[in-house]
Amino acid sequence: MTDQCTKCCDNVSILNMYPDKKKELEKYIDSLPLGSDSDRNRGFLIQSLHKAQGIFGYLPEEIQLFVAQKLKLHLSEVFGVISFYSYFTTVPVGKFKINVCTGTACFVKGADSIVGEFRRFLNIEMGETTKDMKFSLGGLRCVGACSLAPVVMVNDKVYGNVTPKKVPEILEECK
Amino acid sequence: MTLLNTSDKLTKYQKELNGKLSGNIKTEILVSMGTCGIAAGTTPVLEELKKEVVEQNMQDSVRIVQVGCMGLCHSEPTIEVIDRESGHCVVFGNVAADKAKAIVAKTIRAAGVDPVAKTWYYPEEGQNTGSALQARIVLRNCGRINPESIDEYISRSGYQAAAKALTSMKSAEVISTILDSGLRGRGGGGFPTGKKWQFAAAQKADAKYVICNADEGDPGAFMDRAVLEGDPHSVLEAMIIAGYAVGSHDGVIYIRAEYPLAVKRLHHAIGQAKEMGLLGKNIFGSGFDFDIELKYGAGAFVCGEETALIHSVEGKRGEPGFKPPFPAISGLWKKPTVVNNVETYANVCAIIRNGAAWFKKIGTENSPGTKVFSLTGKINKVGLIEVPMGTTLRDIIFSLGEGIKDNKKFKAVQTGGPSGGCITEANLDSPIDYNSLIALGSMMGSGGMIVLDEDDCMVNIAKFFLEFTLDESCGRCTPCRIGNKRLHEMLNEITIGNGTHEILGKLRKLSETIKDTALCGLGQTSPNPVLSTIKNFESEYLAHIDHKKCPAKVCVKLLSYKINDNCVGCTLCARNCPVTCISGERKQKHLIDQAKCIKCGVCYEACKFHAIDKN
Repeated sequence: MTDQCTKCCDNVSILNMYPDKKKELEKYIDSLPLGSDSDRNRGFLIQSLHKAQGIFGYLPEEIQLFVAQKLKLHLSEVFGVISFYSYFTTVPVGKFKINVCTGTACFVKGADSIVGEFRRFLNIEMGETTKDMKFSLGGLRCVGACSLAPVVMVNDKVYGNVTPKKVPEILEECK
Repeated sequence: MTLLNTSDKLTKYQKELNGKLSGNIKTEILVSMGTCGIAAGTTPVLEELKKEVVEQNMQDSVRIVQVGCMGLCHSEPTIEVIDRESGHCVVFGNVAADKAKAIVAKTIRAAGVDPVAKTWYYPEEGQNTGSALQARIVLRNCGRINPESIDEYISRSGYQAAAKALTSMKSAEVISTILDSGLRGRGGGGFPTGKKWQFAAAQKADAKYVICNADEGDPGAFMDRAVLEGDPHSVLEAMIIAGYAVGSHDGVIYIRAEYPLAVKRLHHAIGQAKEMGLLGKNIFGSGFDFDIELKYGAGAFVCGEETALIHSVEGKRGEPGFKPPFPAISGLWKKPTVVNNVETYANVCAIIRNGAAWFKKIGTENSPGTKVFSLTGKINKVGLIEVPMGTTLRDIIFSLGEGIKDNKKFKAVQTGGPSGGCITEANLDSPIDYNSLIALGSMMGSGGMIVLDEDDCMVNIAKFFLEFTLDESCGRCTPCRIGNKRLHEMLNEITIGNGTHEILGKLRKLSETIKDTALCGLGQTSPNPVLSTIKNFESEYLAHIDHKKCPAKVCVKLLSYKINDNCVGCTLCARNCPVTCISGERKQKHLIDQAKCIKCGVCYEACKFHAIDKN
């Protein structure tokens, strides 16, 4: 069984499956200066979610519940925050997160055609992940590298002056 | 590490540093290592340079410094070579790794790399002797110091402003200096910074907060990223001063998660400042305590609005709240809170060091100082510029930006991001500051400046911004949540050829309603791109509506491709067409079946004989 299975393992506990990862998250939350005031504890929610997503790659209900209990918050509050911020995801994403910048500078320099080319090559729509869990395609708003527009970010790496012809090259680099 | 717990120790340390840093060094090589520099490939250049210096055994006389963004984005990777003896410095652009040898040997010009002109001066270091259009106060250290070294920051009078404020000024004096300088919030609104501080200082409370808004969300604006990556200590120092002025001991920097390098450098800078006693208890022996923590955003544009930002810091959904009460009265955890953006803070230390009168000499009467703009879009010299308020758009676009790419015709410049508007040729000569931009139907915003040329369709641009607002609207108030959706639908109808005069009228009316009734700044300004494009480019809207044509040839549904008599029958277009709608025999003129054509433009791109007309 791998961590990439999403269809058949709904009843498998991801926390039990990865005790080391669970320990890492638990250690982080325990290191926070939490108190009895739940309002103040809520102030640590977003950073805890960042950490959890960094460790597990996404935030399924089980992890949301774990964070909620640790911070003594309601699950509904945690979910409310996750659904508000575009950075958080509740479904697993691919190994390579391809994000095409759709800020103004990239827009006027043809980001649309770059998106189209990725869609064609990967055969997925924006917001989707390939079946082999290798690539996820998404958009993001301005990485502040407008001088290199249009820009594509793959995980933390920034590619500048991207043309439709460069799309296969970028995919080729993802190994 | 040295503990700098008095202002005398700081001054002494700075003197020692100035001696040590110069030492036997004859040449300094500054390598631009901001996000865009790294993306353009400065890392291998830096590696090669280091290797070459060791190979030539020049470690004692050549110093390589990793610096932040110089703003010369059009020529990245950029490198500045400074000759210590003569003080002569030259910037080289588009430097490849194989030029490392030539750079170290200072024969770079012979190696065929062109120098890039510097178009700025530093008002803190003297008058503008040449004809430099740029004046750098905010960017004074960007591209000149290693942002990861607190020593380099101190060697350039870093933390002297905080020492001066904490040890020789009363907090009321600090506020009156900022108030007198006329500094206005650089995040977009332009509210006087000194007033904000005054309100917060006047409140009696057991805790107060100082927040730095580093959630730079305007698409097309990256000056805050440049400051945080290139000169993080200047923001920390200014926050200490703000804390002292309003009586707060806790600072928070709210930074967006999309800027990993800026986060890393800030984190590093805070650690260094704490180690040297510049953050923490009893700073400079003044009895004043101050600490700063980092909070991360998670991808929500609306969190740039101060009440939404405060909610996000509190760990809630980043929805804006009602004002009043303003944050200066009741903000984070319901305590008095000062929220300023990165660029505003970056001005503070220079004002404290040089005085309000010095600052007021730069810029215009109602907007003193400078403004950093990120100049992007269809322009030759894309980059980060800092100009005195009152500079004309013509100077910015045609002198600093060196005009429009590929000799196309200038159409408009978009300022203020999704809240702003478009300024046309007719207004290029008006000097720009907060007030004049509003008079022109746009706004300062955070300083993104996107240049559009004849190939950009203004209806489509308005639609783009609406798409952005729709995506980022938090959904709390009806005018923004539903109103903007209706605006977007109407714009869409126009771009696909279903526009009518009635729709145009509704578009105007609904825009005004949303402006009047939305809850926060995001909604109140979201119709601006629509109103400003209708006002300045009504004829383009009418062409879409009356003639079902897109003059810029952008709106796909209104285009048609036809093959003209240049066609030699090479069959290239037919072979490339994804829907096989082009027919014709070899060496005979081809024909496009308009009913089947999906207007993808592949044939137009493929044709080598200009035989396809796009209309």
